Amino acid sequence: MRGAGLAVVLLVALVGIFLTWKAVPSLLHNKAPFLTSRVWSPDTNPPRFGIAALLWTTVISSIVAMLLAVPVAVGVALFITQYAPKRLATPVAYVVDLLAAVPSIIFGLWGIAVLGPVLAAPNSGLRQGIENSLGWIPLFSSTGVSAGNVFLASIVLAIMILPIVTALSREVFLQVPRANIEAAQALGATKWETIRMAVLPFGRPGVISASMLGLGRALGETIAVTIILSTPNIGAPFDPSLWAGGETFASKIANAAGEFDTPQKTGAYISAGLVLFVVTFAVNAVARVVISRRKEV
Amino acid sequence: MAKRIDTSGLDVFYGDFKAVEDVSLTVEPRSVTAFIGPSGCGKSTLLRTFNRMHEVVPGGRVAGKVLLDDEDLYAEGVDPVAVRRTVGMVFQRPNPFPTMSIYDNVASGLRLNGVKGRTLLDETVEQSLRRANLWEEVKDRLNKAGSGLSGGQQQRLCIARAIAVEPQVLLMDEPCSALDPISTLAIEDLIFELKNRYTIVIVTHNMQQAARVSDRTAFFTIAGAGKPGRLIEIGDTAEMFSRPSERATEDYITGRFG
Repeated sequence: MRGAGLAVVLLVALVGIFLTWKAVPSLLHNKAPFLTSRVWSPDTNPPRFGIAALLWTTVISSIVAMLLAVPVAVGVALFITQYAPKRLATPVAYVVDLLAAVPSIIFGLWGIAVLGPVLAAPNSGLRQGIENSLGWIPLFSSTGVSAGNVFLASIVLAIMILPIVTALSREVFLQVPRANIEAAQALGATKWETIRMAVLPFGRPGVISASMLGLGRALGETIAVTIILSTPNIGAPFDPSLWAGGETFASKIANAAGEFDTPQKTGAYISAGLVLFVVTFAVNAVARVVISRRKEV
Repeated sequence: MAKRIDTSGLDVFYGDFKAVEDVSLTVEPRSVTAFIGPSGCGKSTLLRTFNRMHEVVPGGRVAGKVLLDDEDLYAEGVDPVAVRRTVGMVFQRPNPFPTMSIYDNVASGLRLNGVKGRTLLDETVEQSLRRANLWEEVKDRLNKAGSGLSGGQQQRLCIARAIAVEPQVLLMDEPCSALDPISTLAIEDLIFELKNRYTIVIVTHNMQQAARVSDRTAFFTIAGAGKPGRLIEIGDTAEMFSRPSERATEDYITGRFG
């Protein structure tokens, strides 16, 4: 067991070392501030590239996906574990698990072909509602609506991470000790009050770690996001809105994967990959800290 | 505040299985009534019918009557949740809410009843902890987790939580079986004090405990595996332990069986 654990740590360290090794030469030649610049021309001489726009789109699409998915996942998990009779709970759990078996390219296609047109339609009630109430915030402003917008990617990502968040939440809700539940019931708690007093507090660390795992998956999801997001024109001003197109780390790398012809250019993309690696790592680390702090109380 | 419990012709079922048969007894207010008998005789099940907790198990139901003073707990339209707000319960294993502080544990029942005022909560929490003989031990760490206390303290915390809402009846399901002798003594002293305010029913496997804490004792037994539990007799504890009127009771309390 210990050997396997060490092997995993070693493997992760090797991935990090490999990425750094390949990225450093290009980063040294880079003439743009890497973390804050939005330009991306890795094949000019000297190269100029920065990840600000990629980081924004990656993080915002994943966070919105998590915010959409987690309440639904917790609701479904509560329904399955607390409310539904067994003959209904089992098939519902099964169907949600089945979502995880759908290849991500299928979700991407569905997003483009079915959901996208509905969302981007000029008379979309959802978009108009958001525009009317929150449009003054750049994030929600829909002055320029792209067919492959970030919000669409977020919804598809939310559906993709729903099964894992639901399954893990369901597991922790099932582990709530009967004694805790009976303590609440004996005080005269209704079903919902029992959930709030006994089930949710017990399950919170598990739900947080499930959400972070979902977030980690959303951050790295490649193919669905790649085919959904409209790539902004080179030189176009950056639009932070959810209704604009954009590129994530993963989609940027995937889109360019056919053209890795020079080590310098490849290095630029690998340095973007390195940032994704670090961000995903940080998300998991934060999740751990949240969970362990929770336990000490 | 303290109320009398009357059952008549009470049967308890789990699905098709009859766990308890034909129990008619009276639990007097402001006194301690002990339920004793061998494992599986239905004493805990019967106890749970007094706050309808047996219904949280699918298929749990009763036939017959349980009256709290003159109010039928199983009359149509009676909400089991409402019953549990007036009949408190303490379980075999201490079960404070693990994520809540000591204070929040005691306040949890009050908050369920919609009490919000900070002063009222503070007062009731202190009063309940005092009545549970726990105040002196925890008054400096009310905001610490209840799960950090010792087993005996946790059980007294659970008692404080149960009495904070001023229940009419306090049910105790083997409250000392997970505790060491010193903690058990503390709980028994507490029961002795609490009976001035509440109607207490305690299920116990420990006959010395029944003899020590209770005013009246009810003895239950089963004819065999799969058969329903029955009430053999109920009477004054002193009487029962010195001159039981039934042979089965005598056999049990003298240790010849069970």
